Amino acid sequence: MKRSFATVIMLAASLALSVSMACAETIKVGAILAVTGPASFLGAPEARTLEMLAEELNAKGGVNGNKIELVIKDSGGNPEKAISFAKQLIEEEKVFAIIGPSTSGETLKIKQICEDAKTLLLSCAAAEQIVEPVAKYVFKTPQKDSHVVHAIFENMKASKISKIAVLASNTGFGQAGKGQIEKQAQEAGIHILAAEVYDSKATDLSAIVAKLAANKEIQAVINWSVEPAQAIVLKNIRQAGWNVPIYQSHGFGNIKYVQAAGAAAEGVIFPAGRLLIADKLADKNPQKAVLTSYTKNYETKFKEEVSTFGGHAYDAFKILCRGIEQVGPNREKVRDAIENMKGFVGTAGVFNFSPTDHNGLGLDSVTMLTVKGGDFVEYKK
Amino acid sequence: MTLELFSQYLLAGITYGIIYAIVGIGFNIIYNTTGIINFAQGEFVMLGGMISISLYQWLPLPLAIGAAVILVMLIGALVEILFIRWLDRPSVLRMIIITIGISILIREAALHVWGEGVRSLPYFVGNEITTVPVLGARVSPQVLWVIGVCTVMVLGLSLFFKYTLQGKKMQACASNRVAATLCGISTKNMVTLSFMLSAGIGALAGCVMSPITYTQYDVGTGLAIKGFTVAILGGLGSSMAAVAAGLLLGIIESFSVSVVPLAFQDAISISLLLAILFLRPHGLFGNKDAADLKEF
Repeated sequence: MKRSFATVIMLAASLALSVSMACAETIKVGAILAVTGPASFLGAPEARTLEMLAEELNAKGGVNGNKIELVIKDSGGNPEKAISFAKQLIEEEKVFAIIGPSTSGETLKIKQICEDAKTLLLSCAAAEQIVEPVAKYVFKTPQKDSHVVHAIFENMKASKISKIAVLASNTGFGQAGKGQIEKQAQEAGIHILAAEVYDSKATDLSAIVAKLAANKEIQAVINWSVEPAQAIVLKNIRQAGWNVPIYQSHGFGNIKYVQAAGAAAEGVIFPAGRLLIADKLADKNPQKAVLTSYTKNYETKFKEEVSTFGGHAYDAFKILCRGIEQVGPNREKVRDAIENMKGFVGTAGVFNFSPTDHNGLGLDSVTMLTVKGGDFVEYKK
Repeated sequence: MTLELFSQYLLAGITYGIIYAIVGIGFNIIYNTTGIINFAQGEFVMLGGMISISLYQWLPLPLAIGAAVILVMLIGALVEILFIRWLDRPSVLRMIIITIGISILIREAALHVWGEGVRSLPYFVGNEITTVPVLGARVSPQVLWVIGVCTVMVLGLSLFFKYTLQGKKMQACASNRVAATLCGISTKNMVTLSFMLSAGIGALAGCVMSPITYTQYDVGTGLAIKGFTVAILGGLGSSMAAVAAGLLLGIIESFSVSVVPLAFQDAISISLLLAILFLRPHGLFGNKDAADLKEF
């Protein structure tokens, strides 16, 4: 019932494409993205990025002469839809690989499906469990939760913060993040005084903020979600006159959240890749060239600012293409090529995959950012 | 619990509650003249927010809101004229399915016009971090706007039904449609008017709450569920009962976080709805005999 016109149109378009291009030498790549719905700040830039990259690539003649044909499905962030789209892409469309889903909950639901069907899955979602335990055909491009939580805790220790409250949304991403925070807290010497979970569609959190603010021992709040609730929680905390430092997850990496929270976003601290501060990086930074070129192309084409999420789709697409380029359009060989890929410079960091690490990013891929004057800047104490 | 915390919960509860109440009243107005639940009620709230945000680019805030409310009222009238009016003695089930269809249609149209992102009006007074002290608690001035505007709407509506001819005509339709027709009241026009009225109050609520909750193309569904709960809880058909039920639900929800985890907040309202449907299907304040006479 909630299937949108967008999906229908895309379906129709992809159907038309598949008929007209059936005779050409094409590699079909599926994508399951939350283009609409509560996680649309992730899925929408991801879908735009993929469309842009595929267009660029095909204009240049494709990978080794093979054109890429994208089949994008809008899951609306709904895990059940992701499952049916995954089956559809694998069984009916017989895609070479799947990029996405945008959210962790969806990815975890289709991890096994792709593994069983021996179809490459390059997830744009963050949760550790996507690549832990390693599934042979499943990779992911965003930084791991554990690295991100580690970076947050390091920052807290430097600021002498040891007693915190945790807020998380009831999505796969929120729950995975909360689990990771709880797992690492003890070792880092951080005490979680309160942990609350809210609905991903929450529109006001002032009651729970009032409850937390009443606890004077809390020195900082970590919020873990990707929905507009990220901005709402900021407003509610500041409106309650509560001046604690607020940490967000790497799900905050879209300037639209900052715009939505306005003045309340000032001073928020969050970990992210270097894409958001591309223009402020030193020229010798290995990522600088990739980041500035992606930013420039995306922003000219779509007239909106880049987000780390579009970057995750960029990385997934480029890694896949690099694999195909190296060994040709053979799924098994491409899988092996990706698994052994070293030193791939993407937007999230420098990827070094291995049979035990299907994420390939190290701790250095995460940097702490903050919001100053409505813009992202590197955090400096 | 300290006084400060108590008033913080109370104000949060009243804010949610009064918004639920407005959506609940919207359900009731249409229910009274047609005997159906209009499931597109939440979409009127969304449209109010979205249209005012778009108009705000060219118009000053009060004008943008006023124009948005009028436009949504026209949309409400249009919906009724296009989809409901020409039906000859439609069954209740058929009309309900039509309203569900309309709600999907409006939502999809909104997705195409405004896209998938969240938007919001600016805070009417101050900005995102401005607060005012109330009873020891600190709240955003927008919360007071929401409470104030919704209270004025509720009072205005009750005056309208009590003292104006149109209001009395609508009430006549509500109590007995056949008798009202015999008295020369055009029930069809009353139905159109009821759609306009509930679209208008929904739209205005959508404008004042937009800075707090944001407006997204799909916010209508969640609001409709809460509004429906409130309408049932109070007893279908009575606007004042919807206000009482709305405030009750909002306050229960906000105080619930002090005893149970936040994750159960929605479960509480749904359990309340189920309990009412089982134990008092005519609502907390409704009359059982009157409810038995209705088709739905």
